[in-house]
Amino acid sequence: MDLELTETQTFVQKTARDFATRVIQPKAAEIDKKEIFPAEIMKGLAALGLLAVNVPEELGGAAAGAVSYALAMQEVARACASCAVTMAVTNMVGEVIATFGTDAQKKKYCTGLADGSLVAGAFGLSEPGAGSDPGGMRTVAREDSDSYVLDGEKQWITSGAHAGVIVVWARTAPADTHPGTRGISCLLVEKGTPGLKIGRAEDKMGIRGSNTVSLSFEACRVPKSALLGHLNGGFKIAMMALDGGRIGISAQAIGIARAALEESVQYARDRKQFDKPISEFQAVQWKLANMKVELDAAHLLCMRAAWLKDQARPFSREASMAKLFASEASNRIVNHAVQIHGGYGYIREFAAERHLRDARVTTIYEGTSEVQRIVIARGLLVG
Amino acid sequence: MDFELTEEQRLIRDTAHDFARTEIAPKAAEIDKSGRWPAEIISKMAELGFLGMAIPEEYGGAGLDALSYAMAMEEISAACASCGVIMSVNNSLFCDPVYKFGTAEQKKDVLTPVAAGKKIGCFGLTEPMSGSDAQTMVTEAKKTGDTWTLNGAKNWITNGPHADYVLVFAVTERPSAPGAKVRHTAFLVPKGTPGFTLNPADHKLGIHGAHSCTIFFENVKLPDSAIVGGAGDGFKVAMATLDGGRIGIAAQALGIARAALEVSVAYAKERKSFGVPISQHQAIQFMLSDMATELDAARLLTWRAATMKDKGVRHSAESAAAKLYASETATKVAHRAIQIHGGYGYSTEYPVERHYRDARITEIYEGTSEIQRIVIAASLLKG
Repeated sequence: MDLELTETQTFVQKTARDFATRVIQPKAAEIDKKEIFPAEIMKGLAALGLLAVNVPEELGGAAAGAVSYALAMQEVARACASCAVTMAVTNMVGEVIATFGTDAQKKKYCTGLADGSLVAGAFGLSEPGAGSDPGGMRTVAREDSDSYVLDGEKQWITSGAHAGVIVVWARTAPADTHPGTRGISCLLVEKGTPGLKIGRAEDKMGIRGSNTVSLSFEACRVPKSALLGHLNGGFKIAMMALDGGRIGISAQAIGIARAALEESVQYARDRKQFDKPISEFQAVQWKLANMKVELDAAHLLCMRAAWLKDQARPFSREASMAKLFASEASNRIVNHAVQIHGGYGYIREFAAERHLRDARVTTIYEGTSEVQRIVIARGLLVG
Repeated sequence: MDFELTEEQRLIRDTAHDFARTEIAPKAAEIDKSGRWPAEIISKMAELGFLGMAIPEEYGGAGLDALSYAMAMEEISAACASCGVIMSVNNSLFCDPVYKFGTAEQKKDVLTPVAAGKKIGCFGLTEPMSGSDAQTMVTEAKKTGDTWTLNGAKNWITNGPHADYVLVFAVTERPSAPGAKVRHTAFLVPKGTPGFTLNPADHKLGIHGAHSCTIFFENVKLPDSAIVGGAGDGFKVAMATLDGGRIGIAAQALGIARAALEVSVAYAKERKSFGVPISQHQAIQFMLSDMATELDAARLLTWRAATMKDKGVRHSAESAAAKLYASETATKVAHRAIQIHGGYGYSTEYPVERHYRDARITEIYEGTSEIQRIVIAASLLKG
């Protein structure tokens, strides 16, 4: 066991940290306040290879692996959680197409996502009535000669209004012959396809720079070549994508928490009460110590899941553990950060309140904490 | 980033696992109940090289790394936490400092039999009125001519009733200037030295098989050759020792927690309520998932500290983080294990109440959780 980073991992981490600190961080408060979709920053991330970190080089990616990806995500999230989730979903879509796509799909979409020409990728799984339980989805794709015709609605679609390509899951076989998740397929839908309507952007508590919309499909026709993977084989693709995605969200949660801790350490040193810096009071030291230990533990769980993924070993349970632990710890850490900052923690002049709002979503999206616990328990109880 | 274990590390873990399961586990309840010293198990641990794991073979040890030690500690402690701490004290608190700071003669005459498990060592730092704060230590050694005279008392000395040697810390300089710090020196004291007496063993909440007692020193005469690490360097010796010792206790806590989790999983699959095994209720599943996730987080923190020790880099804050998190996790996991077992969890017929009692000490000895937080906060705030 050796926790040293490889040369590539160190390089990716350093590249991401440098860009995040220099370019992203100064804009993070404004992105949050004005709900600015970070299109310019996405271009910058693309130029550095950070929109396709774990995508093969021949498809325009950096081929730097899942550990590098997680490290880059942490750095970007430390500066701006909105940019991080936009980056995460784009990486996830690129990876899933690189894994399951035809040569033509890979060439067109992976390359376009990596170089930024497609702006972002989006992932259309959740629906108004189907979140953790995709078997309940209502969106259908009907075969019609050489096309599929999509009808239905998707919800909470990150980057949905900007993404050049959206991975959409739809029922392609009726539930009576293909119960649960068995009749679900995965289709690649391009921006601007007739019949694809983009809903109003959600007004969210946090990650306000990320774009979240509903999508409706009304007789939205895509060619048969838009099918990703096998017909009725879409559920497996979603689960594999989410396993990797959970590593990304755990990294996002860690990045947010690290920012909160670093700012808290700084504030505790600067702020004086009773004639000394508040960092000299055990009440504050205790919080900082707990924050640090939980942050380190979350980081190690994240790295372990990413490393297993890089080794092509099963990592589903470990990714769930990383996502569960990191997101829950992140919420505790940002909450302590607000407390340490006192009144300043509650106002927008300091970043702590943004971290608190941004961290909150990490226990919800890409599988709630409750879903992660179900995945973990399943693994424990089969043995 | 590499989480892979070496072949040797896996071999040590498997050897410890098999030994613990077949030779120790069947006796653990009886050892706890009777409170007897597990002499026959200690002899067998000696044969396996588990009493001086990190000590080179030329000094009677097994010449293994800190990670192997942590894994063996976890396995032994999963079967019997009393055996775990007996092993930990001999390894971390006696052999390691004598090897690191001792003279060639001390290594040959004292370390070699202790590392081989032919003799037993213990560590005398804590006093009735001085624990975490070594500045308040009362035990003193005064030099007259070539002879040191040691006076004082040490308590909670694990292995004390059976030890052949004590590594004793005493104040050797007490400057009169206000605010000046006292200086300590470490001495090797063989049992039976005139003036060396023991109280009967302490009655404790848990780890009943690991005997501890108060040791008294009344005008104990010692030569210069009894000093370990130089006169006045005692505090440095103690702190370096505890950095390693905390890895051992973290690993002990991991073992206790793992045992509590494993028995809870088995129980939850068997026990039925409302027509189904209780493992099918989310209330139980979620407890198990949290237990498993926190256990993995604790193990990764422990292994991180161990690999840093193996690399020879400073690991005080990381050992403190491992010890803090693993010990508090052990108590939480054992607490939930009792809850899952219901009334049976409270009965001595099942092992979980023993795990709960045994876990509790890990938050106290070798630096309370509060001391670990001070170490971690100091490291954070210094940066």
